[in-house]
Amino acid sequence: MSDTLVPAGGKTGRPKHGKPRRGTRRAKAPKDASLWGDAWYDLRRRPLFVGASFLITVLVVMAVFPSLFTSVNPFDARSCELADARLGMSEAHWFGTDNLGCDIYARTVHGARNSIVVGLATTVVTALVGGLLGLFAGFRGGALDTLLSRITEIFFAIPSILGALLILAVFRTGNVWTVMLALAVLTWPMTYRIMRAAVITAKNQDYVLAARALGASAWRIMFRHILPNAIASVIVVATINLGYFIAAEAGLSFLGVGLRSPDISWGLMISDARERFLEAPWALLFPALFLSLTVLAFIMLGDAVRDALDPKLR
Amino acid sequence: MGRYILRRLIQAIPVLLGATLLIYAIVFALPGDPIAALAGEKRMDPDIVAILRERYHLNDPFLVQYWYYIVGLFGGDFGTTYAGVGVGEIMAGKFQVTINLAATALAMEAVIGVGLGLYAALRQGRAGDSTILASTLVLISVPTLVTGFVLQLLLGVKLKQAGIDLFPVAGVTEGWRGYLLPGFVLAGTSIAYLTRLTRNSLVEIMRADYIRTAVAKGLPRKRIVGRHALRNALIPLVTYLGADLGALMGGAVITETIFNLPGIGQQLFSSVYLREQPVVVGIVTVLVLIYILANLVVDLLYAVLDPRIRYE
Repeated sequence: MSDTLVPAGGKTGRPKHGKPRRGTRRAKAPKDASLWGDAWYDLRRRPLFVGASFLITVLVVMAVFPSLFTSVNPFDARSCELADARLGMSEAHWFGTDNLGCDIYARTVHGARNSIVVGLATTVVTALVGGLLGLFAGFRGGALDTLLSRITEIFFAIPSILGALLILAVFRTGNVWTVMLALAVLTWPMTYRIMRAAVITAKNQDYVLAARALGASAWRIMFRHILPNAIASVIVVATINLGYFIAAEAGLSFLGVGLRSPDISWGLMISDARERFLEAPWALLFPALFLSLTVLAFIMLGDAVRDALDPKLR
Repeated sequence: MGRYILRRLIQAIPVLLGATLLIYAIVFALPGDPIAALAGEKRMDPDIVAILRERYHLNDPFLVQYWYYIVGLFGGDFGTTYAGVGVGEIMAGKFQVTINLAATALAMEAVIGVGLGLYAALRQGRAGDSTILASTLVLISVPTLVTGFVLQLLLGVKLKQAGIDLFPVAGVTEGWRGYLLPGFVLAGTSIAYLTRLTRNSLVEIMRADYIRTAVAKGLPRKRIVGRHALRNALIPLVTYLGADLGALMGGAVITETIFNLPGIGQQLFSSVYLREQPVVVGIVTVLVLIYILANLVVDLLYAVLDPRIRYE
């Protein structure tokens, strides 16, 4: 009931949009556009967003159906021929072969899955944990807020790569889920802080006061009125962080505590190719190229989404 | 001022306690027995084992062990490894390398980042600006792992083969030049962020009323940019640099591995596998302390940069 009486609340509330943008583009946008509709309208016209989405689509398809890109199964030891070790780029091996004579192209394609899974899973977990805690702490304030904020300060003080290295040493086994857990444990406070700040800003807006005056319950105010207005900044940071988590996974695997053979990871491939780097640079450069492109795609996406959601930055 | 510093230091104690407790707990949970690791493959005399376990309080419960550690720490004692070597001694040399590396990175960040940001802001919307913005996006996205190896190949090896030996690629025996390339690799992402930060805050400031007034007064452009715009843009930049010092030192492990620098990252790594738990806790504790102190220095610098800010 409160929804019909509070037109400024919920999804249609756009407290950040002060003045209309210049130019004629604005006139073409749907009149009653919500923050999301408006952002989507804006995004589709950005080359940065289109480029990033295209790259991410290709990578996700590669992660889900690697066999669409290569017929070689790199998990099958028979696909490697030791006599063909460290061959250069050729018709048969597009990216050359590695120290064990395995096809680098096939391994690189199959490496996409682990990178994307670690990145996505860590992002989802940190966004859920940090986001929900931030929402409660920002909304309730008081002792809960003080306690949680002190706890996050502790996590901020611990360097995340070294901390993740220690946690993974405790687990002894490195796989997608332990790497995800190690990264998530150390990075959720980032999302917490951003969500908390956004909630504190949102909760003093007039539409929240109006909803409260109409007798809306605390849960309704939190999830129907505050969350939709506070979540934009979390989505932006989550997208950018996704790229960093992928880079962190590669770094940890490179150091030998992340994914381990026979798992395929770009970081692991870089580590394996390192000894013979001068002799066979392609074995290192191709996984490195894919890793960089993946991180670039997610950071570009985050950049574009931020520009669309936060008109103040223009 | 003195009271403010004291209050901040007291506020930092729970963070230090919490962080050390957390790290101590993780290290406590590391698999393997440190005393058995001392003897390697051989079996150890049970009496010696008992004496060593007693001396290093290994039979006590977790919290009691932590209590002994923290009491020693507040007395300035990082403890000894189970082989009897002082942890402070082990760490000193390693921290020297990492501090050199992080300081090189920080200096490059400040010079290149602010320089490029300034250049881009003054040419806002023109080709130079767009080129710099596009390259920051690339620099942010390419992981250290990749820049490290690519620059090692291009500048360290190919350039040397071409007869120009500017950047030695490995080891600390080469003196300060050995830190140039690793320093740049470590600073890469931060350079790009600082460039963007400088550009964006300067672009905003150049639109401010007091800049227009300064232009109207007929001040030379150099003075307007240097004294009026840049000085006001410094606060976010100093905040970023201060917060980055800790991040650079903690994140140096990958760079140290690529360039074979014997810093804290490598020490931490080998200590984890040798089960030298006091070294592991000691390294992280020092990093936490550096993080806390760097933040305090940044807050104190605010008052220097902006006279309107006063600490009581």
